[in-house]
Amino acid sequence: MNRTGYPGLYVHVPFCKTKCPYCDFYSVPATDQAGKWLEAVLREASLNIPTPEFTRFDSLYIGGGTPSLLGHDDIDNLIAGLRGTFRFDDGAEVTIELNPDDVTKEKLALYRSLGVNRASLGVQSFDEEEVRFLGRRHSGRQAGEAVRLVAEAGFAEFGMDLIYGLPGQTVRSWRKTLRQALSYGPAHLSCYQLTVEGDTPFSRLSREGGLELPDDARGAELFLAMSEYLAGHGFVQYEVSNFARGEETISRHNVKYWQHTPYLGLGPSAHSFSGRRRWWNHRSLDAYLRQLGGGSSPVEDSETLSEEQMRLERLLFGFRTMWGVELQELSGKDCANRLEDLREKGLVEVRGVRVVPTLRGYLFADRLPLMVSE
Amino acid sequence: MKHIRNFSIIAHIDHGKSTLADRLIQYTKLVDERQFRDQILDTMDIERERGITIKSQTVDLPYVDDRGEEYELNLIDTPGHVDFSYEVSRALASCEGVLLLVDASQGVEAQTLGNLYAALEHNLVIIPVINKIDLPVADVERVKTEIDNELGLDPDTAILCSAKEGTGVEDILRAIVERIPPPTGDAEKPLAALIFDAHYDSFRGTIVSCRVFDGTVRQGDTIRLMSQGTTYRVEEVGVFRINREPQKELSAGEVGYVIAGIKTVSDTRIGDTITLDARPAPQPLPGFKDVKPVVFSSIYPIASDDYQSLLEALEKYKLNDASLVYQKDSSAALGQGFRCGYLGLLHLEIVQERLEREFDQSIIMTAPSVQYRFHLDDGTVLDVDNPLYYPDPGTIESSEEPYIRASILIPERYVGAVMKLCMERRGVNSHMSYPTPGRVEITFDMPLAEVIFDFYDRLKSITQGYGSFDYELIDYRESSLVKLDILVNGEKVDALSILVHRDNARDRAVRVCDRLKDEIPRQQFKIAIQGAIGGKIISRSTISAYRKDVTAKCYGGDITRKRKLLEKQKKGKKRMRIVGNVEIPQSAFLAALKTDDE
Repeated sequence: MNRTGYPGLYVHVPFCKTKCPYCDFYSVPATDQAGKWLEAVLREASLNIPTPEFTRFDSLYIGGGTPSLLGHDDIDNLIAGLRGTFRFDDGAEVTIELNPDDVTKEKLALYRSLGVNRASLGVQSFDEEEVRFLGRRHSGRQAGEAVRLVAEAGFAEFGMDLIYGLPGQTVRSWRKTLRQALSYGPAHLSCYQLTVEGDTPFSRLSREGGLELPDDARGAELFLAMSEYLAGHGFVQYEVSNFARGEETISRHNVKYWQHTPYLGLGPSAHSFSGRRRWWNHRSLDAYLRQLGGGSSPVEDSETLSEEQMRLERLLFGFRTMWGVELQELSGKDCANRLEDLREKGLVEVRGVRVVPTLRGYLFADRLPLMVSE
Repeated sequence: MKHIRNFSIIAHIDHGKSTLADRLIQYTKLVDERQFRDQILDTMDIERERGITIKSQTVDLPYVDDRGEEYELNLIDTPGHVDFSYEVSRALASCEGVLLLVDASQGVEAQTLGNLYAALEHNLVIIPVINKIDLPVADVERVKTEIDNELGLDPDTAILCSAKEGTGVEDILRAIVERIPPPTGDAEKPLAALIFDAHYDSFRGTIVSCRVFDGTVRQGDTIRLMSQGTTYRVEEVGVFRINREPQKELSAGEVGYVIAGIKTVSDTRIGDTITLDARPAPQPLPGFKDVKPVVFSSIYPIASDDYQSLLEALEKYKLNDASLVYQKDSSAALGQGFRCGYLGLLHLEIVQERLEREFDQSIIMTAPSVQYRFHLDDGTVLDVDNPLYYPDPGTIESSEEPYIRASILIPERYVGAVMKLCMERRGVNSHMSYPTPGRVEITFDMPLAEVIFDFYDRLKSITQGYGSFDYELIDYRESSLVKLDILVNGEKVDALSILVHRDNARDRAVRVCDRLKDEIPRQQFKIAIQGAIGGKIISRSTISAYRKDVTAKCYGGDITRKRKLLEKQKKGKKRMRIVGNVEIPQSAFLAALKTDDE
């Protein structure tokens, strides 16, 4: 199922002007440490050169945080530095995440000139009230403007992130957001249901009872409405939250996470995977800089997966994606009965040697690995 | 014999018994400082974690007084819980004196009183010890007043001590020698030794702890256990000095162990008398009782194929715990299992925890029950400790349930709340006394079944931890009983049935349905839970179906976390039992016990 087999490279840009109340990705508010960060990332890259897994990449993903906050020189130096250190496949997919409030024509042109061929815009919503609720720095109108700029900038592909499951959101208002998103002609959409994460302002608000989010029944309704609407417009839902205009615009980089393809992550909190081992960097920028400044590895911890853990992850990813899992992964006593039960419930289909989730199956993707296991 | 002292330490839970024992052991240098660890006598993990003593331990402390006289001080450490009161009484019967430990900040509590009465029954010399005087909230004068008024002991004889800091330990050792009389007895008379405990050792079989009252026992003797009439050849006798130290003989006045090829602990009876087969004592020592379980519940393996493994675990467990009784049981919902009898709720928890931790069993335990008595219209009397065997209600003439006398000691301000709780729990014949100003002792007669149903936790919570509680079984009393059945999606789950008093049935049914609603995870379909008596539905709750269970994001940083969650859920799933088509977790089977205001 792996589309090329080459690993992917991820760079975490840990800067945001303000922190959104729902987000638990790592970021710090100021960019005045961008220079130090850049130096550290390139040093970390050089530490990783000799590894046999990572001689050649066919995707680069610059995410965050807010990569579009980086100054022209910094982004230029970053990409040049990485190209100088690693080998990239000719047709490598190069993605950058952008925030609507700092998108400018000049920046977009710069990215294009640096070989970025995919832009991913953190729109979240076009609805003024929703955008305010989400604590974004831009208005809904500005978001629309930004998408238009990106659409006109000539990237091979561009996409956007949307959030649904907001208080008071109806199927009607969600469809309206989707309709507007499609009107710009994106190649890709990531639509995430709002989730209250670990230590965020929303999680505190939720604990205090100040956040009324839709229940699972409502969440399911919005999910199904979205999936049907986008399918009706020709989009492939290749993962629970990810839609591509066609199979050729699927995010090559993100699919690596779900197919156990190796990836190398640079920057604070970045995760890497070598095929069997996973490791992750210190989350805080200070610790990350301190480690690399002192000439040591920024890796905080690692794990080596057992055969059973690999299998469990294959189930975990498989039922979240349209590729499903291989039939032979379902082993153990009673496995035929369990599979039959899932088919009867309309959660999976068998296609050749694979068991793939149905749309309804996506709704229960977290349960399916348990339901097929002993 | 005049250089022997046999004594025990008695105390309310948490008053510092194990810590004091530690200090005495350290003072007498029985253990190398490097080998010492806290709670040295509590060898089981569960004892150390919970800070309780479950099994008695004995230790022979060498002590030299100021004049250079050498003594053997036998400390018999007793379990500190009402479930084990018979074992405690046998240990006390083996002593001439006790240290009665009172916490300097908590003062006298219900178990202190209960312990004192037990010691007085055996005519023991009582040395009051006020412990934890190092605490900033220690109030020695108040505790002295309580010792005077509530215990009727001379407060001036109390020794002040901080077991934690080691102060007062020497005074205690001196008092043991000076105030506790040496044992009496005749080494030439026929052997009479009291068994006060027994442990299982996988190499040596049963190690019997005993106190010799008369006579002498040596290696090679043939002994007879008087209540059983069984005989064994003695392989070894000795004393406990943390480790076993073999001796040539044990004779009158001494405390030690006997190893005699006794296969299991169940072959011995605590309180039984050991004598010599060739020259038996004319009669056994007084006080022997066959202890009967008072609380019952069933244990099932979570996976039905593990029945055999559970059976083996129980057999092994039983080697070292004679008071657990079990027999085969089977449930339509849960398959093959065992009905077990326990000395009390703590004993039940200990069995559950040890089976899971030491024997690696995944088990479902059903709601505990007491033993009810039914008089049927054909004249038969039926003892029922398992709701499965509830007789046809049409044939029941009358029914009875066991009662206890509860003794509760509380600060005066909680009287109203505690009285209310006891009335709710069908308490009758209350008596109140005011042993000291501001403190009240309340006694109540109350069904044992009510104590099992969350009584102690409730008492603790309404008295903010100041209430202490002790009880003894008294008798059976007439009571109107019904069987409450629980239906899950219309299917009766027999393992969830409980016997309850008719007046409590509706209330209990509502609570169980509510609790199960919280315990049973939502599934892809709606689940109805109903409480019923004889086919009539009296309560109901509904668990709605879940519609969506998928996290939005799964990228590099999310994967490990998600996999770990999945691993945990997989483990949790192993702790579920599918009844009909509903997955019921282990914890749900005990739901009937818990109130919802915890």
